Amino acid sequence: MSTTETLATPPPAKPTVEPLVRLEGVKKHFPITRGIIFQRKVGAVHAVDGVDLEIFPGETLGLVGETGCGKSTLARVVMRLHNLTEGKLWFNGRDVSNVKGRELRDLRRDMQMVFQDPYASLNPRKTVGSIIGAPFRLHGTVPKNRVKGEVQELMELVGLNPEHYNRYPHEFSGGQRQRIGVARSLALRPKLIVCDEPVSALDVSIQAQILNLLEDLQNEFHLTYLFIAHDLSVVKHVSDRVSVMYLGKIVETAERDSLYAQPRHPYTGALMSAVPVPDPKLAKAKRRIILEGDVPSPIDPPSGCRFHPRCPRTQALAKEQGLTDEHGAPLRFVPRCHDEEPFLTDQGPGHTAACHFPLDVRIIPMDIDPEETGAPP
Amino acid sequence: MPEPLLEVKDLRVHFPTEDGIVKAVDGVSFAIQPGETLGVVGESGSGKSVSFLTVMGLINRKSAIVEGEVLFQGQDLLNVPKEELQAIRGNKIGMIFQDPMTSLHPFYKVGDQIAETILAHEDISKKEAGARAVDMLKRVGIPRPDERARQYPHEFSGGMRQRAMIAMALSLNPDLLIADEPTTALDVTVQAQILDLIDRLQSEFNTAVALITHDLGVVAEHCDYIQVMYAGRLVEVGTADDIYYRPMMPYTWGLLKSIPLLTAQEDRLHPIRGLPPSLIHVPEGCPFNPRCPYVFDRCHVEVPQLLPVDGFHAAACHLSLDDRKRIVQEEVLQRT
Ligand SMILES: Nc1ncnc2c1ncn2[C@@H]1O[C@H](COP(=O)(O)OP(=O)(O)O)[C@@H](O)[C@H]1O
Ligand SMILES: Nc1ncnc2c1ncn2[C@@H]1O[C@H](COP(=O)(O)OP(=O)(O)O)[C@@H](O)[C@H]1O
Ligand code: SF4
Ligand SMILES: [Mg+2]
Ligand SMILES: [Mg+2]
Repeated sequence: MSTTETLATPPPAKPTVEPLVRLEGVKKHFPITRGIIFQRKVGAVHAVDGVDLEIFPGETLGLVGETGCGKSTLARVVMRLHNLTEGKLWFNGRDVSNVKGRELRDLRRDMQMVFQDPYASLNPRKTVGSIIGAPFRLHGTVPKNRVKGEVQELMELVGLNPEHYNRYPHEFSGGQRQRIGVARSLALRPKLIVCDEPVSALDVSIQAQILNLLEDLQNEFHLTYLFIAHDLSVVKHVSDRVSVMYLGKIVETAERDSLYAQPRHPYTGALMSAVPVPDPKLAKAKRRIILEGDVPSPIDPPSGCRFHPRCPRTQALAKEQGLTDEHGAPLRFVPRCHDEEPFLTDQGPGHTAACHFPLDVRIIPMDIDPEETGAPP
Repeated sequence: MPEPLLEVKDLRVHFPTEDGIVKAVDGVSFAIQPGETLGVVGESGSGKSVSFLTVMGLINRKSAIVEGEVLFQGQDLLNVPKEELQAIRGNKIGMIFQDPMTSLHPFYKVGDQIAETILAHEDISKKEAGARAVDMLKRVGIPRPDERARQYPHEFSGGMRQRAMIAMALSLNPDLLIADEPTTALDVTVQAQILDLIDRLQSEFNTAVALITHDLGVVAEHCDYIQVMYAGRLVEVGTADDIYYRPMMPYTWGLLKSIPLLTAQEDRLHPIRGLPPSLIHVPEGCPFNPRCPYVFDRCHVEVPQLLPVDGFHAAACHLSLDDRKRIVQEEVLQRT
């Protein structure tokens, strides 16, 4: 697909289907306490800090952002492994923000999780058969005498040898262990699978095997994925839509092609620019943005736009306007970014970003003419 | 051609273990010229780290059989006395790792550690060394370096620690910097900062860099020459353009076809089938033969040698060059 085509074709109309998952103003704060006997709350980690999000049936929503921005916490909130500090969570049209006990257990049948470290999430003392079969026993969905057969079918489905039913996790390679994790997540035929960095620990050739497997399973079982990764190339490959997270907030959401062709939020642009491109000539054609400094602490996030202390866009604007502080030193941001929080606003069909001064440039060169790159035709 | 800074000749590093001999490095030869950047890529366990730890003299010779030559500025590092090797290490060859805590001691202030490194190799006063340490921290882009010098490593963020380690490795202005997965544990934004820093310091000091990574994007952006390792051997070497636009070895093709691209939209990835071999039981013939889609009878019996393709470009594969050129055009470069 060429670039111009991407921009010219009207994107698909906003889906009229009901979202499978909907978050509204969701917050998850972790209190920080002092004192041993009388614990006082002295602050909170604003891990997830006001997130609105929809995930539609059958789609893959990619979620990217730097370490510590709250991706895993958001995933655990969606799974109801964390209680919400604030906000609402709907699943399949139902408000599940506060469900407990039996209702929560029933809900968990419909949503499963696949983790980054397949080894840490598998009990080393259990056989693979009993790990994959655990959900059957827990929920009693399959009679005891049929569990083995069902498990072996799952093993076959994810590309494991069913004869390895009685082996232990350490007897498998990293990629195979991830297959075990995937098989276990499929046992109860969930609607939603939350994949938290499922391929980040794998070598590229194995990573591709697992990504293809996830894609096949999605087609076969009409699964919905929330796919978390820090690798923007992987996210681009798997996602229908992508959300970008920064310090507990979603700063941009768009259809995949729209996001990569025209990132609007300066943070998305910086993130994209930082991805090393495995093509020497395209790499040179890439717009280089080097972000300064580290991610600020989520305990006391910056005022206004949380990205303003690192934002190259507001820096450039302040420089252009020759802004200075009271001592005459050049300002590194324009006042609006420091004072006023930007909310998610429409940037085109299905595309929202939270920025006062959205970008209007392409970061990643795509489908450059082979002539132009000098690559053999 | 000028004399290479580092020349490794037919290096073999074998570890005898209970289960058999691990052939971690098995006949590797390459050279690095002053000031250039060599990228070393390959999947985990292919022998990248062991090769360069051997260059640095950091492999315990009691637990390994090491053969070959490691010529650094003409001197064979495999046969120099321990004290001399220590002088070369740090002074002429610096090394940085994925985990900065392998170089930084948790109980000493960062500035003092860098000063110590300088004092171990140079005859200057403590005060001068301290000032040099602060200056190095400044050069690697650490804000408020004098304050930072008085802090402990745990007070630094991951990216800052990585910078401090680089400051230490470069404090003696080495001729060669070996960077073993220096950014693998970092976010892409911080990775970009660190790689940018290495690039800048390299041109400033004319340091040669060996950049070891599993990330094909990182080598494409930062390296002049690239070598691809598989099962303890070099299977392809060439310029960045050779490797990305004219690769001539099925393992390199496999790597390129299995990565998703930011610059294109592929329908489906093409993983390499199977797994990398155990280095105890490396397949007979071509080590890649069990996973290679183009395997034929010769591949099972004869080890392919790294043979020249064109200029510096060389690859180890029994397929005829004409066949490989055709396959590259039809199956490898056509990704979208
Ligand atoms: N259980 C917890 N208690 C306290 N702080 C937490 C907890 N879990 C996560 N955090 C903090 O919340 C922030 C977001 O973490 P996380 O969701 O793991 O981010 P990501 O997955 O994007 O790396 C981090 O600052 C982290 O230290
Ligand atoms: N001290 C050792 N004893 C035995 N085997 C080792 C030792 N060090 C490394 N190896 C093995 O050598 C092989 C190559 O390792 P390494 O060079 O670390 O790979 P890479 O850096 O490419 O991931 C691996 O199979 C590893 O397990
Ligand atoms: S609102 Fe301002 S600081 Fe925030 S991203 Fe936009 S330009 Fe940058
Ligand atoms: Mg996480
Ligand atoms: Mg290594």
